[in-house]
Amino acid sequence: MTEPLSNLQKALQAGRFVVTGEIGPPKGTNLEPVIHEAEHYLKGRVVAVNVTDIQTAVMRAGSLVGSKLLLDRGIEPVFQMVTRDRNRLALQSDLLSAYILGIRNVLALTGDHVAMGDHRQAKPVYDLDSVGLLQAIARLEAGSDMGVDMKGNPNTLDGVPAFFKGCCVTPCAEELEPQIIKLEKKVEAGAQFVQTQAVYEPAAFEEFIKRIEHLKVPVLVGIVVLKSAGMAKYMNRSVPGVQVPDDIVKQLTDTPKPDLKKVATQIAARLVRQMKPMCRGAHLMTLGWDDLVPDIIEQAGLKT
Amino acid sequence: MIVAERKPLDQILELVAPFKRVLVLGCGSCVTVCLTGGEKQADELAAQLRLAAKQKGRDATFDVDCITRQCDREFIENLKRDPAAYDAVLSIACGVGVGFMSELFPKVPVLPGLNTTFYGANVASGLWAEYCHGCGDCVLAWTAGICPIARCSKSLINGTCGGTNKGKCEIDPDMDCGWLLIYKRLKELGRLHDYRTIRPPRDHRKDRGAGVRRLTHAEMAALEEEEEPKE
Repeated sequence: MTEPLSNLQKALQAGRFVVTGEIGPPKGTNLEPVIHEAEHYLKGRVVAVNVTDIQTAVMRAGSLVGSKLLLDRGIEPVFQMVTRDRNRLALQSDLLSAYILGIRNVLALTGDHVAMGDHRQAKPVYDLDSVGLLQAIARLEAGSDMGVDMKGNPNTLDGVPAFFKGCCVTPCAEELEPQIIKLEKKVEAGAQFVQTQAVYEPAAFEEFIKRIEHLKVPVLVGIVVLKSAGMAKYMNRSVPGVQVPDDIVKQLTDTPKPDLKKVATQIAARLVRQMKPMCRGAHLMTLGWDDLVPDIIEQAGLKT
Repeated sequence: MIVAERKPLDQILELVAPFKRVLVLGCGSCVTVCLTGGEKQADELAAQLRLAAKQKGRDATFDVDCITRQCDREFIENLKRDPAAYDAVLSIACGVGVGFMSELFPKVPVLPGLNTTFYGANVASGLWAEYCHGCGDCVLAWTAGICPIARCSKSLINGTCGGTNKGKCEIDPDMDCGWLLIYKRLKELGRLHDYRTIRPPRDHRKDRGAGVRRLTHAEMAALEEEEEPKE
């Protein structure tokens, strides 16, 4: 077993069921409220906190600076990187920067298409895909980069980074095999952990887990907190590979507005409890309702 | 073939507004096939422009000509009208035709009447779809003949992303997920190993990353040089 690079890696190596959280930097320079929430509700309760990278292609402050500010407050970040906005020069450079700043967990993603966001006239980059980004990280870790020197020989890095590398997968996609093959490629390219897209169907998740057993990669099930019946229906309509079952939609529909946070907590905690035996951790995506995290963890029966 | 669509009429009117004598020049190849830039469309466009000019009380003439290919020197002699005798040429060829005409008739402005959109095929009545991106490094051998550069909206090379949605791309419910098409056809062909193989990042030098692209047939160039009559 390799020496762990981060608390996240250490916890997974130790076989603990790990919980990670997530924050999204704001549109603007006022990052403080988000960091404050993380400090208040996530610190000490989750092993690491993902910082989203221009999530849903809506322009915002970056994940690198968000990750750095978390580190400064003693919170371990998972630096999310999408390949939508930067070519291989910029991606590799930001990886070096991240390592210099002390960031050790990286999550490699392709990223939502520009067409999903608020700058639809922007050029989608995708110079690398998520597999290519993982390969690029592995190359940096081996002391080289993706380029060559004037003589055509591999470049040598002065100071070599090392990361705990993660990737994403959609476990409840309608067509599972192409997702699984892609995941196999990501693991082959160096992915060491998986944080999944939102899952609301434990049975489908169990089936998925069985089909990727051969990969021997720790999986953290993705839990997106459902804030309302409307949001659940929206996800069913618009989020690929995510299906919120009718009983959950009904439970939310029957909930009066003041009780929504309580019920959202119960649903998330129940999902974590149901899927805990199948996987190695849970990735809680609270979409701003960070104050729910302590109760979700407690109701899920997890120690912090 | 190269597919192009006509620019909106108001944009074309703006382009031709400064000119009194305009030659609307059609092209008999790809854009004739996709029904946007052939002789018939040149006639129609000229009629629209004449009408618009008349309505505005503008004194302008719009003549029409059409040649087999605006991107080929050998068809220039088939021009029935002399582009150089006009204030402007409104070419409804693809961008190649517009560019080549500009080069051949440097004294007259050549304006584009079309937006060149993609390399495609006619897939249904009145419908053309993109099949090739001209990336310079063909991958179709391992993608079951379905191009991920042209037909995945992210041009991914290692398979579906999380945005594949019931066979469609998340950015448009009418757009097939290119990678799901590839996956299904590879499976039918018993070639899923082609999906499983990691594809390294693309070499963008072949796709404009190394600047303007050209094709050289050295032997042919040498041969023509030999045949050139000595003065």
